Amino acid sequence: MQPDELILRLQQKDEKAFERLYSLYSQSIFGVINSVLHDTEASEEVLQDVFIKVWDNCASYSSKKGRFFTWLLNIARNAAIDKTRSKSFKNQKKNLTQEYFVDIIESKNSFSNKMDAIGISKYIKTLGDECKKVINLLFFKGYTQKEASEELNIPLGTIKTRNRLCISKLREILVE
Amino acid sequence: MNIQEYIDSGILELYVYGALTSTESEEVSKVLMQYPEVEQEVSEIEVALQNLASAAAPYNPEAMIAAIKSKLRTHQGVIQLKPSASQKRAKIISFISVAASLIFLVGIFVLLNRTNTLRQELKVAEAEKAIMETKIEDSENSLKQTKTILAVIRDPKVTKIPLAGQQVAPDAYVNVFWDKDQNKAYIDAMGLPEPPEGMVYQVWSLKLDPLTPTSMGLLDDFSANETKIFSLDNPNESQAFGITLEPAGGSESPTMDQLYTLGVVASA
Repeated sequence: MQPDELILRLQQKDEKAFERLYSLYSQSIFGVINSVLHDTEASEEVLQDVFIKVWDNCASYSSKKGRFFTWLLNIARNAAIDKTRSKSFKNQKKNLTQEYFVDIIESKNSFSNKMDAIGISKYIKTLGDECKKVINLLFFKGYTQKEASEELNIPLGTIKTRNRLCISKLREILVE
Repeated sequence: MNIQEYIDSGILELYVYGALTSTESEEVSKVLMQYPEVEQEVSEIEVALQNLASAAAPYNPEAMIAAIKSKLRTHQGVIQLKPSASQKRAKIISFISVAASLIFLVGIFVLLNRTNTLRQELKVAEAEKAIMETKIEDSENSLKQTKTILAVIRDPKVTKIPLAGQQVAPDAYVNVFWDKDQNKAYIDAMGLPEPPEGMVYQVWSLKLDPLTPTSMGLLDDFSANETKIFSLDNPNESQAFGITLEPAGGSESPTMDQLYTLGVVASA
């Protein structure tokens, strides 16, 4: 279930609702941004910008179009990708293409999260390389099925079901 | 619709990613609102992805909310202080449109004013024209009169009878131009003084033996008649003409002690 009531109050410019939604979504959005930028300081900046945009543009969200999380995800991915194109960021980071979310999760020693770091790390290891790549492109990078199929050399028709299997595995681990 | 098949197709994962087209997304949203099991599935996918993404976060950014909230406020102020290029453009455009409307309004006002002035000037000109036309008409009438008088004077068939001043007005004189064919007599009364108020000159045709006066008429509006030439009918076999001063409206018979002029028609 998504917090429709809170979203409605946000759209009426209720700061309390904004705070509650921030605490519900900020960490995952922070993670998405960080998986694109691999830079804590830059990710902090982008996270702030994203939630300011959320406040300013919340009227444009409609549950008829999609999930609130998806809406946040789009804003965050676009903002993070914009950041990678900025001059200051380019000068700092030369090569991002090799890294993705897996590196971040695996390299992390501990984090103050409801998620068990060890559990995630363990899961990530059991997840096949292909799943990691598919999830990285479609979820973290916001690729379309066609773009992902070209990038990964997987037939377009199988992307959807392949991805479904990967997410199912992810969910199994999380239930355990 | 087979819901399980729909779920197994993998479309819901793509829906949460935002990897569908907006049309496809809207369709999924409809299905989701209709089938609770689809909504349940989407929620679970979402939770899994949120947890995965959270694991990629450097730390829990909960504390950052204070900074963001303070920026929400200053950010709104900043927008007002530094309008973007498009806002500036919009301002310039709105300024231009306001200015254009004002110029337009002023233009209309000036035109209306000008129209009013022209209308007034036109009225004045029309009035002046009417006056001029009256004057021209007067002049034409006067010219016509003068021509008539000239024609009468020059006409050899018209007899001129000079009337001499009598006892009450020795300096008075009148000429009568008598057109016997037309039974008309023109009285040139330039030599008569202005009649006193309430009095009028009356012209008489006279037969001498025995003395029989017949009234020919009054010299009405004496002072108004600039040429002092009066036209009267005279069907009589006149032998002499006399002019007396009578009370307004004239008299049955001449008041002989107020006889101003008298003249006898020369026998042919």
